[in-house]
Amino acid sequence: MAKQLLKGNEAIAEAAVRAGVQAYFGYPITPQTELLEYMARRMPELGRAFLQAESEVAAINMVYGAACTGRRVMTSSSSPGVSLMMEGLSYIAGSEVPCVLVDVMRGGPGLGNIAPAQGDYYQIVKGGGHGDFRMIVLAPATVQEAIDLTGLAFDLADRYRMVAVVLLDGNVGQLMEPAELPPMRSVLNGGSNGPAPEWALVGAQGRPKRVVSSIYIVPEDEEKFNQRLQAKYAQIAAAEVRYHEYQTEDAELIVVGFGTAGRVAQTAVKQARELGIKAGLHRPITLFPFPEKRLAELADRARGLLVVEMNAGQMLDDVRLAVNGKVPVKFYGRMGGVAPLPDEILEQIKRIAAEFGHTPRHSPVSCLPLDGQPG
Amino acid sequence: MLADTQLQEEIVYTRPQALAETVTHYCPGCTHGVAHKLVAEVIDELGLRERTIGVAPVGCAVFAYNYFNVDFAEAAHGRAPAMATGIKRVLPERIVFTYQGDGDLASIGLSEITHCAARGENITVIFINNAIYGMTGGQMAPTTLPGQKTTSSPCGRDVETMGMPLRMAEMLAGMPGAAYVVRRSLHNVKEINRARKAIRTAFQVQQAGLGFALVELLSSCPTNWGLPPLEALKWIEAHMLPYYPLGDYKVAEGVEKL
Repeated sequence: MAKQLLKGNEAIAEAAVRAGVQAYFGYPITPQTELLEYMARRMPELGRAFLQAESEVAAINMVYGAACTGRRVMTSSSSPGVSLMMEGLSYIAGSEVPCVLVDVMRGGPGLGNIAPAQGDYYQIVKGGGHGDFRMIVLAPATVQEAIDLTGLAFDLADRYRMVAVVLLDGNVGQLMEPAELPPMRSVLNGGSNGPAPEWALVGAQGRPKRVVSSIYIVPEDEEKFNQRLQAKYAQIAAAEVRYHEYQTEDAELIVVGFGTAGRVAQTAVKQARELGIKAGLHRPITLFPFPEKRLAELADRARGLLVVEMNAGQMLDDVRLAVNGKVPVKFYGRMGGVAPLPDEILEQIKRIAAEFGHTPRHSPVSCLPLDGQPG
Repeated sequence: MLADTQLQEEIVYTRPQALAETVTHYCPGCTHGVAHKLVAEVIDELGLRERTIGVAPVGCAVFAYNYFNVDFAEAAHGRAPAMATGIKRVLPERIVFTYQGDGDLASIGLSEITHCAARGENITVIFINNAIYGMTGGQMAPTTLPGQKTTSSPCGRDVETMGMPLRMAEMLAGMPGAAYVVRRSLHNVKEINRARKAIRTAFQVQQAGLGFALVELLSSCPTNWGLPPLEALKWIEAHMLPYYPLGDYKVAEGVEKL
């Protein structure tokens, strides 16, 4: 199929349709509303379910219900709406039913604003809901990647019977760029209209009843269930790590950023290379599972890392855990819906590179929180 | 001989197929068991067991799925109508019902039930009103009567500060999508039989695709009311009936013909 000029949110919606999504439930919130609007037209056209819920709380519970039937189902929202969904996400995780959530992040906390931000890392990657659960988190930096990761999200959700999140900022959701959509999957291939999975609620015809529940009233049973979940998460951590790298082979300074921040950082890294600075980019695509082994390898070869995010330093925690003090990990963040410019990141790279120039590789250098506020 | 006598007995009642053979967790005298049995009998009568999906609430009926021989999902507190909506929208040919108490439906889930009714979601709702939170040990519910003592209204519900109880059947009957909304009671045999008929109609409304159907059932909670089971049934009659009149609050066109 040829490339078309596509808007991020709409491209994700069509990618979900082509991945065989059978039901969409959502609630309007900027900057993801185009996704809901697209589905409002597209789903009925295909005889699939679309419903604008009365709230994000209702939307995620409609998703929960539909997911219990084994059909492919999704919702989308933006940061404050996703906060409201946390209860439902915990229940879905506790019931092991698959679904896809698209979170188009905006500035916060509170009502914040509608500009692109990455402040949902904690609530999505670390689990803003109660209990020990994880969600698979895929972070696209381009419209094409958003399309590809949406299809992958449905496959991973089904494979592991859990929530898969496509986590992007309002920038990727709103921008238009050339991208190619996959062909429409046959519903059977999409796993959606074939025989219902062996756990799905479709009516107890000729078999014992099935129950989908997140209750284990006996603590020992709940613990066993939790152990099973953790084993599943460990399996995912071993099998599903994905990342993008640029010029990391000989890099002395590794810049780490996801989504838009990673994309902007790649431009800065390219500029730094032109100045003769040995910088490289590591852009995690899966935030859970986090590419911690790869970052540890890079830390063995580099003199330091610079984490760039559109928040106060959330993924930074995971990078520091991965690096485990081997080399300094510095941070540059913009907040409140402000995206960093390549020049700002380049300034940071130049400054840190200069520091490395007269710093022995293994001497302890304090990590500078939020250093280099623009000005 | 005793054995011979038994052989001659005629079986006049058997457990409905839709009701599982299991030990109950409900307190002695609680009418949840009666409500469960009525729902199960109706599911059997209408031949719906193999294509019904139930949604359990949070509250005393949280384990409802243990008692019904139908596929079941367990919802978050108050969210059963949203979950049922999700199920029904992808499987419109299945029969979907929620079973919810007053804390679940009338308090934390007020938004979900109201919009579900407003949309005319084609599901059946069994609503247990016992004027108290049972599972958590007897706190004030939105349906707790004026002056009624609970653990969170120890001096009795003061309507000056806590407002008047919600009349859910009346309220939901006003929703445009509601096809059948009635209130019945489980305090005596006559009313139980009327309740059974209403539950049957509420499932038939769904079968006919007429829209949202809800049966509110006045129920007893002897444990948290601090009354012996029979006294509790009398308390329904004496105190709940005057505030919660039994009746048909919405019977849409087409329902009468069922």
